[in-house]
Amino acid sequence: MKTLFLGNEAVARGLYEAGCGFVSSYPGTPSTEITECAAKYSEIYAEWAPNEKVALEAALGACLGGKRAFCGMKHVGLNVAADPLFIGAYTGVGAGLVIGVADDPGMHSSQNEQDSRHYAESAKLPMLEPSDSAECKEFTKLAFELSEAFDTPVLLRLTTRVSHARSLVECADRQEPAAFTYEKDPQKHVMMPAYAKPRHLAAEDRLRRLSAYAETSDLNRIEFHQDALGIVCAGNTYNYAKEVFGDRASYLKLGMVHPFPEQLARQFAGKVKRLIVIEELDPFLENKFRALGIACEGKNLLSLCGEYSQDLLKERLENGSNPHHVYPDPIPPRPPVLCPGCPHRGLYYVLKKLNLRVFGDIGCYTLGAVAPLNAIDTCFCMGASVSAMHGFEKASPEAAKNSVGVIGDSTFMHSGITGLVNLCYNQANATLIILDNSITAMTGHQQNPCTGYTLKGEAVHGILPEKICEGAGVDPKHIRITDPNEPEKLEAILREELAFNGVSVIITRRPCVLLKQVKKDKLCTIESDSCKNCRACMKLGCPAIYLGGGKRPQIDGTLCTGCTLCTKLCKFGAIRTQAR
Amino acid sequence: MNTKNIMIVGVGGQGTLLTSKILGNAAISAGYDVKVSEVHGMSQRGGSVVTYVRYGAQVYSPVIGLGEADLILAFEPLEAARALSYLKKDGILVANTRKIDPMPVISGAMEYPQDVLERIASLGVDLRAFDAMQSAQNAGNEKTLNVVLVGYLSTLGFFEESALRDALCACVPEKLRDVNLKAFELGKNAEVSAF
Repeated sequence: MKTLFLGNEAVARGLYEAGCGFVSSYPGTPSTEITECAAKYSEIYAEWAPNEKVALEAALGACLGGKRAFCGMKHVGLNVAADPLFIGAYTGVGAGLVIGVADDPGMHSSQNEQDSRHYAESAKLPMLEPSDSAECKEFTKLAFELSEAFDTPVLLRLTTRVSHARSLVECADRQEPAAFTYEKDPQKHVMMPAYAKPRHLAAEDRLRRLSAYAETSDLNRIEFHQDALGIVCAGNTYNYAKEVFGDRASYLKLGMVHPFPEQLARQFAGKVKRLIVIEELDPFLENKFRALGIACEGKNLLSLCGEYSQDLLKERLENGSNPHHVYPDPIPPRPPVLCPGCPHRGLYYVLKKLNLRVFGDIGCYTLGAVAPLNAIDTCFCMGASVSAMHGFEKASPEAAKNSVGVIGDSTFMHSGITGLVNLCYNQANATLIILDNSITAMTGHQQNPCTGYTLKGEAVHGILPEKICEGAGVDPKHIRITDPNEPEKLEAILREELAFNGVSVIITRRPCVLLKQVKKDKLCTIESDSCKNCRACMKLGCPAIYLGGGKRPQIDGTLCTGCTLCTKLCKFGAIRTQAR
Repeated sequence: MNTKNIMIVGVGGQGTLLTSKILGNAAISAGYDVKVSEVHGMSQRGGSVVTYVRYGAQVYSPVIGLGEADLILAFEPLEAARALSYLKKDGILVANTRKIDPMPVISGAMEYPQDVLERIASLGVDLRAFDAMQSAQNAGNEKTLNVVLVGYLSTLGFFEESALRDALCACVPEKLRDVNLKAFELGKNAEVSAF
């Protein structure tokens, strides 16, 4: 029986059926559910690692230790894991190793839209790219076969619309793979110059063998219908092209996007009069055709930026879009916002009030950058709040008086600790705020080393960020722990620590309001008699507070979580708290 | 059968994902090929969310293009306006009348447009609007707004009512089954406003 599987869920099913025994990942949209779903199979050991580099190193170790291993991440996670990725291409594997990387064309939930296919080429690794959930499962299983047959890590590339689309999958049983037994082999596993030189040769030789495989593999196929138009596509662009052109075009559908099947490409190009490469982001495949001297179109018609759709293909390659209604007036945008009751709101309110320069980081709290809080100056990548604040202060020492870095608990574990070590080691004058909401919130509530639970739900020792700060050398007197929903107290602490010349850490500790254990048993209401309509409460940007009748602030009881932050800002005591 | 396209639009947190799951399962039980496209991550934090459900003999794209939707289920009037261009000229737009202010309106930077649904109706759209939030509250749980809309959808001929009920029961926890079935019933019997 076929069932609906999310692309990511189907990858997890593929891991299960392939006999995978080890998964280590760091959450990142749109990849997260692969690991969450894999963790539900009791046969698979699965963990959240503190970051992608650790996860991939662990997976490399696990495959040598005899288990088929997987490591999943979003596209920017592969930047973090690039170090072991490139080395894994030299060492090869033991049992199979598959690395899932999910790109986010259109930046639904990312800070950039890089194209991970370049990693396959530069690391000299094979990369498969499925188009739907059924292929997600089958390609995952095949990736393990290839990994073991060619002694190589295999990259599985997904994109948001494959990861987060549900389509039909037929499940099969789990097959335990042939056992792999580790034997010491320094020339293969110790990468120093004398041993690495032959391994580079081995990697190049393997790539040649993989190229030959790509020519005949079922992963790559020609669907020939008519010779007027030939379309080269992979992943979801195959679906968009089929949707628009159906049998009016012929297709070269690549399930293996690296290495490139040159003979097959020549053969296809020779059969069609017009050749268009349809691929999101970079002209990765198009450039392969050009390198072969084959004329083709692609990025001259279609964009380098954003995600594709059947609309885009109709607009650029056909006669435009379907007839449709047009709403005649401007529509106010609805950007994502910090949730009602979000513990980050109180902090940002204070940071904005003090007009501080804020070095931001990756997580829900990046939303403090938008109106009306407008509280963030920079956001680069995981951990950069700490290190960019440091560099800024060394370049402009007077900046320390009015600068802070903000980083979440999970992001601190991921890449903030090394930045903190740098602050301490290089005698920074800095104030770092760790927003400890006891969960990895943005990606949908994953456990992390601070939360006291593993991915499988086992209770463990939760690491306290303050202990790490202390160990790095931050004076315990300047490690301050406070509740972000107490703005007056927080403001006083901030003023003290900004005045201190040295490294301070303020930990704002309050769990994410969406966690089940957070009681939402209170409700705030505005008493219209006492309200002077000063709108101080509106400055919080809480979605529950809106201008109601008579243009006066009101609280939407269906959205209010009873966090009571607004009651602390009302000078007139007009906001009352009641039991729900 | 030609592919049928249903678009579900709303505000992050309104439960659009459960709706698409129910519709997807109902389409499978009817023997169709199905694709459902969801949005996870940042936009779920109170932003506009769009989910697509497509079913038919063979479905390729997981998304719906301009003028392709046979049906739009809009959980909020402004989101109905935002999605309108995806509706087929003769498609049906089902809209909850209860407004949720977006942040630019809350912060006073913009006004919530007046008479959004009236404007839509005046374009000749087959609009079926009612206070689905009130129905959800009457059912006993505001979070059943999504199921109220599924209940109304059951009257439109896209799926067998029993298939929708079965899919609903399969998608919600046992202890919430009764309140959801009540919401389904209230949605099924909802009276739409005239514009």
